[in-house]
Amino acid sequence: MEEIGSLLGGFAVAISPYNIALMVVGIVLGVVIGVLPGLGGANGVAILLPLTFGMDPTSAIIMLTSIYWGALFGGAITAVLFNIPGEPWSVATTFDGHPMAQKGKADEALVGAFTSSFVGAIFAVILITFLAPVIAKFALRFGPAEFFAVQFLTFASFLGMGRGSPMKTLASMCLGFALASVGLDGVTGTLRLTFGHDELMNGFKFLVAVIGLFGIGEILSSMEEGLAFRGAAAKLKMDAVIRTWKQLPSMAVTFLRSCIVGCWMGITPGGATPASFMGYGLAKRFSKRGRFFGKGELEGVVAPETAAHAAGTAAMLPMLTLGIPGSPTAAVLLGGLLIWGLQPGPLLFVEQKEFVWGLIASMYMGNVVGLVIVLTCVPLFAAILRVPFSIIAPAIVVVCAIGAYTVNNAMFDVWMMLVFGVLGYLFTKLGYPLPPLVLALVLGDQAESSFRQAMLTSQGDVTVFWHNWLSGGIMTLGVALALWPLVSMLFGKKDDDAVANPA
Amino acid sequence: MIGKSLRKTAIALAAGAAMLTAFAPGAARAEWAPTKAVTFIIPAGTGGGADQMARFIQGVIQKNNLLDKPVVVINKGGGAGAEGFIEMKGSAKDPHKIIITLSNLFTTPLGTGAPFSWKDMKPVAMLALDQFILWTNAEKNYADAKAYIDAVKAGTDRQFKMGGTGSKQEDQIITAAIEKQTDGKKFTYVPYDGGGKVAVQLVGGHIDSSVNNPIEAVAQWRGKQLKPLCIFDSKRSTYTEKVTDDMAWSDIPTCTEAGLPVEYQMLRGIFTTAGATDEQVAFYVDLFKKVLATEDWKEFMKKGAFNQTFMSGAEFDKWLTDTEAKHKELMQGAGFLAAAQ
Repeated sequence: MEEIGSLLGGFAVAISPYNIALMVVGIVLGVVIGVLPGLGGANGVAILLPLTFGMDPTSAIIMLTSIYWGALFGGAITAVLFNIPGEPWSVATTFDGHPMAQKGKADEALVGAFTSSFVGAIFAVILITFLAPVIAKFALRFGPAEFFAVQFLTFASFLGMGRGSPMKTLASMCLGFALASVGLDGVTGTLRLTFGHDELMNGFKFLVAVIGLFGIGEILSSMEEGLAFRGAAAKLKMDAVIRTWKQLPSMAVTFLRSCIVGCWMGITPGGATPASFMGYGLAKRFSKRGRFFGKGELEGVVAPETAAHAAGTAAMLPMLTLGIPGSPTAAVLLGGLLIWGLQPGPLLFVEQKEFVWGLIASMYMGNVVGLVIVLTCVPLFAAILRVPFSIIAPAIVVVCAIGAYTVNNAMFDVWMMLVFGVLGYLFTKLGYPLPPLVLALVLGDQAESSFRQAMLTSQGDVTVFWHNWLSGGIMTLGVALALWPLVSMLFGKKDDDAVANPA
Repeated sequence: MIGKSLRKTAIALAAGAAMLTAFAPGAARAEWAPTKAVTFIIPAGTGGGADQMARFIQGVIQKNNLLDKPVVVINKGGGAGAEGFIEMKGSAKDPHKIIITLSNLFTTPLGTGAPFSWKDMKPVAMLALDQFILWTNAEKNYADAKAYIDAVKAGTDRQFKMGGTGSKQEDQIITAAIEKQTDGKKFTYVPYDGGGKVAVQLVGGHIDSSVNNPIEAVAQWRGKQLKPLCIFDSKRSTYTEKVTDDMAWSDIPTCTEAGLPVEYQMLRGIFTTAGATDEQVAFYVDLFKKVLATEDWKEFMKKGAFNQTFMSGAEFDKWLTDTEAKHKELMQGAGFLAAAQ
């Protein structure tokens, strides 16, 4: 096949000691960026972009994409250890990753997260290698109606997840939508719900909310429970990798499902964050062990991580072939391409063959190098949990505060983070689930824009969502998923949780 | 101990210097230079046109050692850029802050009522003007701008969909200006969150036309997916090098030529804080002149088909006053002004 020849040519470009050194530097930097909440991949790449102007484009993009891979890997670390998602796409990783750490299985959770990230990425790169032109054409079919259908499907696949009362889930989600609507309304260009305060113009940033709700909220809960970090029992065993890998083959279906969901969301482009939520939601619904999700299931870590990394990688495809970024980080990389004198778009694969295939080859290598680096560090990361809570807690609060500040360089966000921390604590105490709120906050904005764009183009006709098989199919699937809990409640068996928590 | 006394001496010296300048203003026109890192604010998100230009400038300054102190670029794009401008307004006494502008310098205060105007800052220089081009899907094959406008006139009201970046900002203002030429037939304006996305939506046939900047749609033009109908400038582009197989930017007719008398360009300019002294402004003007003289910058201008007009001082102030008035008129006509105004 022609692609394999080109790919081998690409490896020849990418494998030079200089490029591999850049790769290692990039991945280590990326992991650090991923660990620090607030300093996301997009910021990290943007900060380092000017440094690369002197390099040749291939080396430059190898380094910058390596930062991106590193950030994708790194986001999972704090999510598992401290319940603080380092990156938006690791929020879903906290749901089962942190309970695993509390059970003393932090090393397994980390190995599981890293390995599934790797699997997701490699699946997506293979797709890019062989199907780039076909997929690029497919992405063009996505208009506002199709985007909304995908976002609706994400919400639907997540419905009925809460173990508590369905009304509490609904309340939590609605609060998320309300928070998402603060700030500038993209469709009318006017400010909403700011009550004349300049600080609110920016809206409630997802990361600030998440750092507070999860990170600070968790610290507050831990303090109440006697200043003991429940993960302290983590024992260091060097066989963690083998032990975890043995469990993975039985999750082949979840891997495959998450890979497909992730690639789909990366290309369309929905992005890594919704992909991780959808991957988790679908796995919970369809996996045999789904009802144990949320209590520390390895599969609950695998599902979102695979999807997030597949999406993060697949997002490079629309960037290269169409010039539309599939994620905020891809948007910054796109700017870099233009500055280096490369024009992303339909002709890039024809005119800049060497660059494109060098980049694709570096995606394979970057992920292999990344996996080796992070796996060797697992015992180190897990050892952090052995530090006494009284020492680590203030450190976490400081890191959270810095993270919240970094999002917008605003002190206001640090106060917001603390308020969200108290809110997160109250939610946990009162049995309200946090995930629906977080999902609504991250996707609410985009879903609203897509919905209203679609309504504008159809001049108010709701049937626009069924105007072709693509959006109609996704919408119908979404409706079916949304109604599933109701159906299974009426006709199906009652699950254990419902018995355990009578409403 | 030595460190301490050294520091004391340094403080004393600095105080003395400050007193000297305070008591003898203008006597020694010592050239000002930044004494700490310069913060370069982008009143927009990462990845957009302003972001690209600002980061490019940062790279050029760094590569050519044009400044001793580092340049720190930050995005403050909240509230359609109001966040960045209000920060500039709030730090009037700190001349170590500069900001790059796009049309939201005028449109955001008018459209959202956010409390700032360009007069709350000190203008440094206009670096360039960004162009706008009327694009359609190449498969529709409209012969020229007139043919497209005729099709709009012949269609039903709101049948044609114009895609653009943001709401009540430059793209929608141009759309409103075009609507004055369409016998009362309106477009359905669909706002997206980025220019690249608009171009792709146009290729996919989800909208009928766009007014993308050259750089946002050039890839699709070269890929024969989009067709440029006319450029919203008073004269044709000066870039005569072939971009596609048979056309250069200069081959695109002006919209006035094509029978659609609408002109609009977007300011890519630099401002510093209101309290900056004349010599501080002069320093920045000088710095940007050096940036503009580099080969990298010229290449960047060519790629984006920018209109290379440089302005500073009184000339720039006048341009700003005129352009603000023009925006107010256009936005008032289209009903885009915030309720409070």
